[in-house]
Amino acid sequence: MFKYVIKRLLYAIPVFLGITFVIYLLINLAPGGPLAILASSGEMSQADLEAMRITLGLDKPIVVRYFLWLADLFHGDLGVSYRTSQDVAMMISQRILPSLTLTGVGILGSIIIGVPLGIISAYKPNSIWDQISTFISFIGASVPSFFLSLLMIYVLAVKLKLFPTSGMYSSGGGEDILDILHHLALPAFACGIQTIGNYIKQTKSSVLEVLNEEYIKTARSKGLTNTVIVLKHAFRNALIPIVTTISLSIPFLIGGAVVVEQIFAWPGLGSLMIISITSRDYPVIMGVAVLICAVVLIANLILDLIYAALDPRIEFK
Amino acid sequence: MKKILENQTLRKFLRNKKAVFGVIVVALLVLAVLLIPLFMDLDPYTTDRTAGFNARPSSSHILGTDDVGRDLLARLLYGGRVSLFVGITSTIISVLIGIPLGLIAGYFRGKAESVIMRVADAFMSFPSMVLILVLVAVFGPSILTVTVVIGILGWTAIAKLIYGNVLSIREQEYIQAARAIGMKTGPILLTEVLPNAIPPVWANISFRVAGAILTESSLSFLGMGVQTPQASWGNIIYAAQNLLVLTARPWVWIPPGLCIILVVVGFNFIGEGVRDALDPKTK
Repeated sequence: MFKYVIKRLLYAIPVFLGITFVIYLLINLAPGGPLAILASSGEMSQADLEAMRITLGLDKPIVVRYFLWLADLFHGDLGVSYRTSQDVAMMISQRILPSLTLTGVGILGSIIIGVPLGIISAYKPNSIWDQISTFISFIGASVPSFFLSLLMIYVLAVKLKLFPTSGMYSSGGGEDILDILHHLALPAFACGIQTIGNYIKQTKSSVLEVLNEEYIKTARSKGLTNTVIVLKHAFRNALIPIVTTISLSIPFLIGGAVVVEQIFAWPGLGSLMIISITSRDYPVIMGVAVLICAVVLIANLILDLIYAALDPRIEFK
Repeated sequence: MKKILENQTLRKFLRNKKAVFGVIVVALLVLAVLLIPLFMDLDPYTTDRTAGFNARPSSSHILGTDDVGRDLLARLLYGGRVSLFVGITSTIISVLIGIPLGLIAGYFRGKAESVIMRVADAFMSFPSMVLILVLVAVFGPSILTVTVVIGILGWTAIAKLIYGNVLSIREQEYIQAARAIGMKTGPILLTEVLPNAIPPVWANISFRVAGAILTESSLSFLGMGVQTPQASWGNIIYAAQNLLVLTARPWVWIPPGLCIILVVVGFNFIGEGVRDALDPKTK
């Protein structure tokens, strides 16, 4: 088990380094870095700019700068925002919890709704539940999340006044959990519906496949009830491809959350990323990208472990 | 023999109601955005001073005008051209990168295989939206950037599919026969392996176009994609980020939203139809 974790970690490290290096390289090649901003202000002489270049370390080769940046990263130092002059690590840390709440509730919600719907549709094809599932999958796959969000704001928030239109708290409402949930409902739904279709489809097809296996026939011939067969025998074995689908959907969900956060003015990493891109605030863009990369790798690692725990055929080597 | 096979596939495809629906929807949308501007006097770029800003739908402006007085029907149609162009062109880019890489990885195996497939895994495990946003931040938003970036980042799924197909094709007897009669690797790849590896990818190409149009519209909606004065379905909806436009002028943002849904559904149905038609297990 321990060995397996180490092996997966060793695989994740080059991926992390590769992705962060590519992003670092791109951002440093970009026009409009800090020097260009200072130079365009016209307040600094050529000599001042040259001195500034050395102070900022921009005279060193890019690979050296990347490793220096990496060393700083491990000290929790992500630099200073060009836009607000605040510490990037601090700016980002304030936004982690809202983002995790949104994506977490989105993914858990779609698992809790999607997986049972998939089981029922496999077990009772063409029932009302099967049709509901098909409809939900269809909406999730074909309605862009931003358009769905706008429709929900228009109908549910503005016309029917059931939900707030944006934000995470009511003004002056404090940090009341019910208030947050009330604000969370629409954005979490918009995030979750994009992946729910995949969960339903995957659960349905893998349960269907398992239901044809010999051991299910054996269970039937032993006189076990259908519920026991489906839940205890079929579902457990169908779980493995479902876990794969979940792990594949995580990057997609995080990407979708960027758009949803922007629409609902949710104070998470996605909306921070959008402001930072508009103002070319590269240290913040870099910081958010690195954090997302780390989160994705950790999520994949956790799912790998769940995967191994579910399937006795996978050995912890 | 090949002709009959193709006809069978085609017949299967045409019997699939959803697939035919997809073809009709996509064809109608393409014809609409290409032809209607030829017959109507539409100008998506200039302000109509007589109608003014934010005009309601009327006989002179069927969908009204936007916040700077441009005709919204014209922007919807010209925007459709842009959205379809980005979707299709970026998919072509993905295919042009994905097919050779998948072919090399699957046929030569060894080091090329492990490098290409590991890189594909890394790409797939990272949210492409975040990477696209970083790239757009660096190169500046424009039709060109969006098309190229979506295209380049879309290669993984296609490369993986081709790779999987090539892995089984390379073990087939006709490939061994081609090698045995002294055929060179290049011609083997182009005339024997590739034609057999590509058909299953057609379905995926259709899904890719749908996905690319979704990504483009999300980016343009965020202001990170196609920039005004150019129109795209996503950037017309950008206006609805303003609560006033959202609530008081639904005719601004609902039509482009419906167009996106229709085109995405269309391409997805075509993709499913192609997949089922090529699958020997279905009737």
